[in-house]
Amino acid sequence: MTPFILRHGRAPLLAALLAGTSLGTPAHAETTLLNVSYDPTREFYRAYNDLFNDWWTAQGNEPVTIEQSHGGSGAQARAVIDGLEAQVVTLALASDIDAIAGNSDVVPEDWQKTLPHNSAPYTSTIVFLVREGNPKGIKDWGDLVGDGVQVITPNPKTSGGARWNFLAAWGWALKTMDGDEDAALDFTRKLYANVPVLDTGARGATTTFAQRGVGDVLLAWENEAFLALAEIGEDKFDIVVPSVSILAEPPVALVEGNLDDEQRRVATAYLEHLYSPEAQALALANYYRAWDTSKAAPEDADRFPELDLVIIEEFGGWAEAQPRFFGDGGIFDQIYSE
Amino acid sequence: MIRPSPLPGFGLGMGILLMALTLVVLLPLGTLIGRGVLMGPVELWQHLGSKRVASALVLSFRSALVASAFNLVFGLLLAWVLTRYRFPGRRLVDAALDLPFALPTAVAGIALTALYAPNGTFGKLLEPLGLQVAYTEAGIWLALVFVGLPFVVRTVQPVIEEIDPEWEEASATLGASRLRTMVRVVLPMLTPALLTGFALALARSVGEYGSVIFIAGNLPNVTEIAPLLIVIRLEEYNYDAATAIGLAMLGISFAMLLLINLFQVWGRRRVGHV
Repeated sequence: MTPFILRHGRAPLLAALLAGTSLGTPAHAETTLLNVSYDPTREFYRAYNDLFNDWWTAQGNEPVTIEQSHGGSGAQARAVIDGLEAQVVTLALASDIDAIAGNSDVVPEDWQKTLPHNSAPYTSTIVFLVREGNPKGIKDWGDLVGDGVQVITPNPKTSGGARWNFLAAWGWALKTMDGDEDAALDFTRKLYANVPVLDTGARGATTTFAQRGVGDVLLAWENEAFLALAEIGEDKFDIVVPSVSILAEPPVALVEGNLDDEQRRVATAYLEHLYSPEAQALALANYYRAWDTSKAAPEDADRFPELDLVIIEEFGGWAEAQPRFFGDGGIFDQIYSE
Repeated sequence: MIRPSPLPGFGLGMGILLMALTLVVLLPLGTLIGRGVLMGPVELWQHLGSKRVASALVLSFRSALVASAFNLVFGLLLAWVLTRYRFPGRRLVDAALDLPFALPTAVAGIALTALYAPNGTFGKLLEPLGLQVAYTEAGIWLALVFVGLPFVVRTVQPVIEEIDPEWEEASATLGASRLRTMVRVVLPMLTPALLTGFALALARSVGEYGSVIFIAGNLPNVTEIAPLLIVIRLEEYNYDAATAIGLAMLGISFAMLLLINLFQVWGRRRVGHV
């Protein structure tokens, strides 16, 4: 337990330092939270931090300073393991928070049970982004292994989103090939043979596809696909929804080892408030699928097509899927070892 | 053993040197080697024995050699033009040569990718010819030529400036042709500096990460460089495999630099000091 206490002891000092630099020197130290998150959540958490502070002060509390850090989900997890003083982590997939729990003692092993819906306040899925008019006629996963089709997806070893991409493809293959794992391996091998560039992160893959003009189809987070349409232009790309995809749950957790009492109170409220109707509406407006549509604008809530979603539990949860598919010598490595 | 030097400050200077060297170079490398020793040769070899690791190492060293050889020839040419001729804009070109030192290499990688991607300014011209640069090994060469070029130019330039024109004039009066003068008189004087520049460029290119990952396709066995594979192993929390690849790169680099140094010593003995 000693490291736990050590980390615990350092947190207030850091908070005091951060508060001191941001707002001069207030009479009493202001509470500061560091939210360590993955790449595509920038826009959402910027808006949510304001929403939370308004609600928090309306409850009669002092305002809170919330710092954000974004990057590839795996790299962010490693930063927390190596001692980054995060109070809250909001990452792309459960296995990255599992990795924090497994490689350090700042997050308890059963973190995922503490909040509703596997600690995932919002979800997303994997869809295809194709060039305007869909010139290659791509409708479903089976079309991606055709001759002359180029598929853009990042490397699942370095990108959280790419792991969801891979499992979505695997899920479709199992469903259409009567659960034959050899056939699924063969399918994914053909799929990755059509990948000309393996970027290290989801934003990099989006850039390769959208700005560099490489490839016919991008396997993307649904929220990234909508964002690309909104930012780059609806006349450039179309979204194609496959028959089967995966329920991608980006989870959130308290970093227990880095909290003092006041931070615990604020951070707990910060994560719980993500499930409030207002925050859920905000997630929907940022193209995430959320659980509670009561306060959302109808166009935000009705944007998402119905499709058959496999869930990570079908692969035994991340604790099993991570080493089996993406570990050293796992299924993804087998694809590239011929 | 150490003879007291007439110059003051030896003790202080040596102390600072040793401390800086220990903190910045020896400790990190020592940690790496220490991890490797703890693992033992059998396990090290297990991490290095796969085809994927071998391809990445071969690719990294091959592209570094190709790019540095290119820089050796064109760096010499550039340095020669810059020191021997006076032309408008010379100082500007001279200053621009240092940019690869200063620019974050990621910026260079992104800029080169934007230009040489199939829809980029140059990529568009090359595509009808069936040539692709971005996302192939040629793209890696390009990025490494960019980061390595100033090393050759900056080491050779002062030596060319120092060469007395009288050497060349003497050679000419003795009846040597211009080519013979270049090959037999000028080049031998430049060889040590050229080798140093080559070694620096090579060392820099082997470990280059930032610019290459943008322009290489990063496909395992094809365009995946060894430093990227190290990062991938770290992302898998497989610190042992990352250590093994790091040690392999360290070992090969050390052997290559040693070889270049020996070559230099041998050359100096043959030609004598310049």
